[in-house]
Amino acid sequence: MAKRIDVSDLNVYYGSFKAVEGVTMTVEPRSVTAFIGPSGCGKSTFLRTLNRMHEVVPGGRVEGKVMLDDEDLYASGVDPVAVRRTVGMVFQRPNPFPTMSIYDNVAAGLKLNGVRGKKALDEVVERSLRGANLWTEVKDRLGKPGAGLSGGQQQRLCIARAIAVQPQVLLMDEPCSALDPISTLAIEDLISELKSTYTIVIVTHNMQQAARVSDRTAFFNLAATGKPGKLVEVDDTQRIFNNPSVKATEDYISGRFG
Amino acid sequence: MSTATPATAVARTRAAGRPGSPQPSPALSHKARSRELKNAAARVLVWLAFLVALVPLVWILWSVVSQGYHLLLDSGWWTHSQKGITARRQGGGAVHAIQGTLLQGAVTAAISVPVAVMTAVYLVEYGRGKLARAVSFMVDILTGIPSIVAGLFIYAVWVTTLGFQRVAFAVSLSLVLLMIPTVVRSTEEMLKLVPNELREASYALGVPKWKTIVRVVLPTAFSGIITGILLGLARVMGETAPLLILGPYTKSIATDLFGGYMATLPTMINQDRTESLQPAVDRVWAAALTLILLILVLNLAGRLIARLGSVRK
Amino acid sequence: MATVTGVSVADEMPGPDGRTPLSGDRAGTGRLGDRLFGGAALGAGLLVVALVTLIGVFLLWRAVPSLANNDANFLTSREWQVDGQHPRFGIVEMLWTTVAASSIALLVAVPVGVAVALFITQYSPRWLSRPAANLVDLLAAVPSIVYGLWGLRTFGPKFEPVQAWLTDHLGWFPLFAKTSISGSGTILFIGIILAIMILPIVTALSREVFAQTPITHIEGALALGATKWEMIRTAVLPFGRPGVISASMLALGRALGETIAVTIIVSALSQGTPWTWSLLNGGETFASRIANNAAEFDSPQKTGAFIAAGLVLFVLTFVVNAVARVVIERRKAFTE
Repeated sequence: MAKRIDVSDLNVYYGSFKAVEGVTMTVEPRSVTAFIGPSGCGKSTFLRTLNRMHEVVPGGRVEGKVMLDDEDLYASGVDPVAVRRTVGMVFQRPNPFPTMSIYDNVAAGLKLNGVRGKKALDEVVERSLRGANLWTEVKDRLGKPGAGLSGGQQQRLCIARAIAVQPQVLLMDEPCSALDPISTLAIEDLISELKSTYTIVIVTHNMQQAARVSDRTAFFNLAATGKPGKLVEVDDTQRIFNNPSVKATEDYISGRFG
Repeated sequence: MSTATPATAVARTRAAGRPGSPQPSPALSHKARSRELKNAAARVLVWLAFLVALVPLVWILWSVVSQGYHLLLDSGWWTHSQKGITARRQGGGAVHAIQGTLLQGAVTAAISVPVAVMTAVYLVEYGRGKLARAVSFMVDILTGIPSIVAGLFIYAVWVTTLGFQRVAFAVSLSLVLLMIPTVVRSTEEMLKLVPNELREASYALGVPKWKTIVRVVLPTAFSGIITGILLGLARVMGETAPLLILGPYTKSIATDLFGGYMATLPTMINQDRTESLQPAVDRVWAAALTLILLILVLNLAGRLIARLGSVRK
Repeated sequence: MATVTGVSVADEMPGPDGRTPLSGDRAGTGRLGDRLFGGAALGAGLLVVALVTLIGVFLLWRAVPSLANNDANFLTSREWQVDGQHPRFGIVEMLWTTVAASSIALLVAVPVGVAVALFITQYSPRWLSRPAANLVDLLAAVPSIVYGLWGLRTFGPKFEPVQAWLTDHLGWFPLFAKTSISGSGTILFIGIILAIMILPIVTALSREVFAQTPITHIEGALALGATKWEMIRTAVLPFGRPGVISASMLALGRALGETIAVTIIVSALSQGTPWTWSLLNGGETFASRIANNAAEFDSPQKTGAFIAAGLVLFVLTFVVNAVARVVIERRKAFTE
């Protein structure tokens, strides 16, 4: 479980517009890597190329390589749908399926892929909800609609749904920005537990969160408006925040811009 | 209107009111009064318009209900046809017409709903560029087609060109032409209301696009889609023009869609519309009331489903 | 171990019997499903395009032979003789009746409809808006045949004295001249019935537009000391104008195509009746002439003549609807 991601010289395009340029980095297995940077610098765009979600937007494409252990996600013959089963994603706003119960939401990834068998599904649902620290709160109302939970609970439900299909990597796109501070703390604790099983990449606009939660941090920036985003620096979190090598990184971290 | 723009009124206030004088000048209050008069007149006219609009509604409903209700209370109305009944005689019922209307409605829905829903799916989930614009444009054209022209077209194809008889199935085909655009537009609205985040969540779980549409998007939009279908059906069930061209009336019950004669409520009304003999007149009003009731039931069911659907979320 | 080539952990979940693992295809990538479903959606769209094209093509195909055989000018003749070797038919009478009746309908329905829409959005007390809107919408739920029946039997007799008054006092004016029609089967009467039928269309769409007036415009007018009516005149109505125009066009389209109410109510004129501009005359619209002769489409030539009339109606409604859409699209381009 938990693979390593190697990105070499990745450019991301929407149509003819280059959104992100020349990213080369490594994400270590069983660790948390944070992407930080000002708004619009391409960190979310780049995150989406790791599970080929950018292709859902017409015109989205990449040049370059993204290797999951020893397999290229963009090799010809690779099905994006299959990629997304291996690399899961949690979004900024919790989005449980409104017509499904809590149980069905967690099981959705499996059921929609044809898995049957109540006993097996029960086990997976419990395991995933426990893994998302939500089991004790919802175990007595698994049949209730998923949309009836609080914001923080809904986000943990979405995390449970994502880990139910047992991905290798978990991508999180600003998972706490729509949540209150207490739920945010709960999710951050959860991330620390999950990293022992999954490779986690988290995009966040909150630097303190990145400092708290991640092992390695990557700083993205825009050269100027209208220019593509670039990876400026990636390093161990401690070093990025205490002793960055690039001036732009230091400026961003000390709040001089962004 | 030379006096009453707000800007000039303000200017006049400033000009007329001297500092220290508490009363506005007579010239000012005269103009203010004319503005107030216009305001009051507008209010009266608008209320009047509303009441005027209600008059025909109340009058029609009153006419139909008061002249038609007593036959509907008779159980025979709902169980017998008009077989053997002449204009002079009382008796018989409307079951042949009710059944005909319902049967044609069911066939129309069975054909138009899949086509319309899939067209809406195409427009919202797949369509891009010129072809999608062309399809949308064609749906707009269909929306505007008069029912008589739809009937004429089906006649031109079914009877004149293919040589078939005028049968109930042909009527349903022309009603299909009228129902498709309504259902496409309402389904399109409902699909657009499904937040994109749900589609993304499904894709991120590794679910293919078609399954996402079938198992996530359509169920989420389901109650709204059903409402649109019921409202579209209510609209076509009241259409008479295609029936005049393609659907000859009979007094007996007929269930063969290809059999040549079938009664419907509109044609039952049309048949005796100029009758002066009281039993026939009673039946005409009763049939009108039955048709209105049927349409009302469909409308109410549609709205009920819409409300229930949104409460669950 | 999962890879990206289509096998995932879901494959290792037990199947229905709980013992054997699933093979790869249950958790397959659905390529076939996507092709089939996407194809079906595309097919439905193409079917709609084909249908509309077919309608135009077919109607033209059937109409042209009859038009070619026509001895009279289709656009300027008043005659309607479709049988026999030398048919002579033209649309002038139908055009007049259709346009006159629809114009009356618009003249009545648009002011009243806009006023009702203003009532619902601006003037009515809160608790009344929703029920009021529903009530007016109910007018649209009444099927046309019931309008026809009610117009013929209930409202018509009550309207005859009004018509008599008009001919007695205003009969010198060409529009209200006395004609051979004595009952209520007149263009004027059907114009009023049509007005009632299209009123809900005008109201519903105008309501929508008025409700969308930006609050800043409204507050701006009120802050200048405008009365309610002045605010409506300066903020709501100008903003809503494209919407009202569009609504009127759509309502006009509906009035042009209305068949059964017109057929039931308006007295058809026999051939050769002298021409009159009077609105108190009978006549047939495109729709009602087709309906009146629907039982007699026995020869392709005859049918073709009526189809030609139907085509003119189709073109008329198409143009009107297109104008409606262009008006509302142009407004969207400015505000979005």
